[in-house]
Amino acid sequence: MVAITDQLIDDLAHLSRLTFDDAEKAAIKTDMEQMVQFVEKLNEVDTTNVDPLLHITPNQNIFREDIVEGSISREEALKNVPKTDGTYILVPKVIKK
Amino acid sequence: MATIYQGKYEAVIGLEIHVQLDTASKLFCADSTKFGAEPNTHISPITLALPGTLPKINKKAIEYAVRLGLACQCEIMPYNFFARKNYFYPDLPKGWQTTQHTHPICMGGLVPIKTQTGIRQVQMHHIHLEEDAGKSIHDIYEGESCVDLNRAGTALVEIVSEPDMFSADEAWNYVQELRRLVRWIGVSDANMEEGSLRCDANISIRPAGDTRLGTRVEVKNLNSTRNIKKAIDFEIDRMIRLVEAGGMVQQQTRSFDAATGTTFAIRDKEQANDYRYFPEPDLPPIQLSQSFIEQIRASMPALPQQLAHKYQTSFGLSPYDAEQLVSDKDIAVYFEAATQKTNQYKAVANWINGPIRSIINEEHLSIDQVGITPETLADIIQLVDTGKLNFSVASTRLLPALRTPGADQKGQSALDIATRLNLIQTDNEDLLETWINEALESMPDKVQAYQKGKKGLIGLFVGEVKKRSKGKADPGRVMDLIKEKLG
Repeated sequence: MVAITDQLIDDLAHLSRLTFDDAEKAAIKTDMEQMVQFVEKLNEVDTTNVDPLLHITPNQNIFREDIVEGSISREEALKNVPKTDGTYILVPKVIKK
Repeated sequence: MATIYQGKYEAVIGLEIHVQLDTASKLFCADSTKFGAEPNTHISPITLALPGTLPKINKKAIEYAVRLGLACQCEIMPYNFFARKNYFYPDLPKGWQTTQHTHPICMGGLVPIKTQTGIRQVQMHHIHLEEDAGKSIHDIYEGESCVDLNRAGTALVEIVSEPDMFSADEAWNYVQELRRLVRWIGVSDANMEEGSLRCDANISIRPAGDTRLGTRVEVKNLNSTRNIKKAIDFEIDRMIRLVEAGGMVQQQTRSFDAATGTTFAIRDKEQANDYRYFPEPDLPPIQLSQSFIEQIRASMPALPQQLAHKYQTSFGLSPYDAEQLVSDKDIAVYFEAATQKTNQYKAVANWINGPIRSIINEEHLSIDQVGITPETLADIIQLVDTGKLNFSVASTRLLPALRTPGADQKGQSALDIATRLNLIQTDNEDLLETWINEALESMPDKVQAYQKGKKGLIGLFVGEVKKRSKGKADPGRVMDLIKEKLG
């Protein structure tokens, strides 16, 4: 079984940009152990010679033509934005590295 | 032959080039991709990643990627699909970039580049499709960054080379060649100023002759052709200094600072991102039929290298002239149109690579904006060839006049206008005689010197006649007459 370590919880929290206190981490660790255990039940199935199923419908080549349509107004687009000056979406200062 | 640095090192370079495809709409939704629009006006619920929206692939982007793959002799992969590359950044609305991770649309491929020892084929790794991110602007407000999502979702191809270039010059030539190629086949304008061609470099050094690769550093942000060379040269030099001082190259991501011409570390290997790729469940896979690929192949124009070869073998041009003519597709098309009208191929090449290219460069025009049709050029060449006027008068007087004909001159032939401007060389021997006599009388000491053996002065006499005749004297004939006269 995949070992659910404190380090793993910290790494996942970082990737999700979330922070947890120690009590929360302990609870998450227990939950995750149970989830992984549950999923690993699948290891009991013999999948030799079975290709992974990457797409669940048999559809292929669902394309659209290269036509411009369907944009919304800026006013509408910015409606749900937490902070805006009416032109841009404003976010805490990030410097692209 | 690789460039040897400081007598004992060689550099190995691989490039990742992002090219914005010239589709009208985005890769997965129908917002416009037009550059320079008001911020946040080319966006839809899909671009904004609002809940419940679904992407749909732009067929033209697939065609363009295949087109590029064919131009680069890639293997086109009939079965390919998209994946999610997960990371957080404010200009990435979904929280993942939709990109082809394990199954790109094109594998392998070759790009011919100029090297010190002739043309060499640089080995490519693959080409894949992906979407662009939005733009973050940091210098508008003190404490906040501004996000413009117009660009988010625009179709890109990422063109990944093998580590198969060995100097900054080779890398630069590779970028130039790819840039010409994508423009040539019409899949991108590859304008670096507008960000439609962007370049990252993987660079390592190793002892000369070693076949193993050294630890590599990725340098990002090489966003002008000049920066590419500068950044690579700086980085090679930095690594050699480091190793010479007893240090070790760390695997790093670095950024080029154009203001200082240096690179600085932005990420170490330990902090490497974990992108948690997985197949995009919202996009069914792509299965390209052979007939789809063959249709695209049939629509491909002849490529620059093929044309350059043809111009040498069929038209007898020098490799240099031929290469100049295929620097840009419009120019090659123009050249070919002119060769339909005249068989003076060398003269056509000289005119295009000379006076017409000067106009293009000075006035920042395309060849079609110069105002001289291939037919008119053929007429001018005909006039020069038959001795009606000489090259210098044709290029300095007739050409400008033909570019901006007066209202009453529209539809007049090159000969009409040359005649009207009084540019036609005279075959009136009496007139020539008069000009020659005047010229020689104006410099009796030079004539004496000539007669005493300073035969090089003949050019001066011819030049003086040219001046007095305002270009209407045929220089060849004038030279003969002066030689006759002075013995």
